[in-house]
Amino acid sequence: MRDIDVGIIKDKIKEMCIEANCILNDDIYCSIQKARDIEKSEIGKDILNQIIKNADLAKQKLKPICQDTGMAVVFIEAGQDVHFINGNINDAINEGVREGYKEGYLRKSVVNDPILRVNTFDNTPAVIHYYITAGDKVKITVAPKGFGSENMSKIYMLKPSEGIEGIKKSVLKTIEAAGSNPCPPMVVGVGIGGNFELSAILAKKALLRDIRIKSDKEHIRQLEEELFEKANRLGIGPQGLGGNSTVLGINIETFATHIAGLPVAVNISCHVTRHRECII
Amino acid sequence: MVLITGIIYTARDAAHKRMLENYEKGIALPFDLKDQSIYFAGPSPAKPGEVIGSAGPTTSSRMDSYSPKTIELGVTVMIGKGARDKGVIEAMKNYGAVYIGAVGGAGALISECIKKCEIVDYSDLGSEAVYKLEVENFPGIVIIDSRGNNLYETEPLKYKTYDI
Repeated sequence: MRDIDVGIIKDKIKEMCIEANCILNDDIYCSIQKARDIEKSEIGKDILNQIIKNADLAKQKLKPICQDTGMAVVFIEAGQDVHFINGNINDAINEGVREGYKEGYLRKSVVNDPILRVNTFDNTPAVIHYYITAGDKVKITVAPKGFGSENMSKIYMLKPSEGIEGIKKSVLKTIEAAGSNPCPPMVVGVGIGGNFELSAILAKKALLRDIRIKSDKEHIRQLEEELFEKANRLGIGPQGLGGNSTVLGINIETFATHIAGLPVAVNISCHVTRHRECII
Repeated sequence: MVLITGIIYTARDAAHKRMLENYEKGIALPFDLKDQSIYFAGPSPAKPGEVIGSAGPTTSSRMDSYSPKTIELGVTVMIGKGARDKGVIEAMKNYGAVYIGAVGGAGALISECIKKCEIVDYSDLGSEAVYKLEVENFPGIVIIDSRGNNLYETEPLKYKTYDI
């Protein structure tokens, strides 16, 4: 067994909350530059230039790229030979979020109850997903997610007979319906298979993959490419004001499913798709 | 394209809800809505020495159920991002109001145009409180005008080459 002090996890989470919110990942930054270079709309080009300038400024001043610094989503993949010591892992993660959002001057956007809606003023609790893996290491992923785009996400429980055409239609309809709301150009995470809840988690995980890296499954890679090409022909454009840069990337993750089902989840994200990871 | 200079007030869902509930009860509002501009935004906290944190627009459709009433009460400019519904656009046409889009997700850049920021009311709502902002050359695009012309409807069609 390897002992890991939960204090180390707390510190890492804190750092990653701040970095993820203030420094745009390379894959997204480069894709915005690429979109700017090929954007046909003049307004669209200008908007993409402002978005690039904003990312540069945020990085330089270590200021949030967007004021919606999101609800913190944390994935913990813990090796089965790890023993967490000196406290409760769940508390340590929330403490890391609490400190990160305070010290990073990030916005506190979490309310304690979906109906009573009182701000917790420290951005906790985080949404935490735990996985047990082989080995004695811990992989931590922090993905703060704003709700302008989260609200545009959808789950479809398709019939198997609807097949790949049904999947394409579901993804593209979700993007079209999202329109100007999720701050396009968007990044789209798609989860196909599993069951109701797993499809949504797969869609979220799809957003964690570098958008320059395509699926290693040939048929899924083709689907990603086709959807990317078609989504960019929907006309939505930067901020929904028209253009050919509607999506920066579409990533798809899949899992086995039931003979009677074809779940498809579409997690819409914005041009400030954030995630950081580290291995301890 | 427009550049806004002057005073604007922030209000998001929770502030709109409270303002209109208070109006019904006859309780004074945080500011007189007559001829005012509302910015749908909830800034991030200012670092020491800064006027304000990042301060981009939030999704305006969440205010669609409140805006017809605020427009009736005198609001003439709304600043946000994303589509508005028919009810809002009808109220804009009836009372004379415009909807201006700011670039969503460009909060750090937009904050450079904000020269003063003070909390007016509803501080218990945290980032959803009502702030009075003094802005200089705040960049926006008039997306829906007081005649109902709507760039979200006309512009994307020019670039659409695929029907689902």
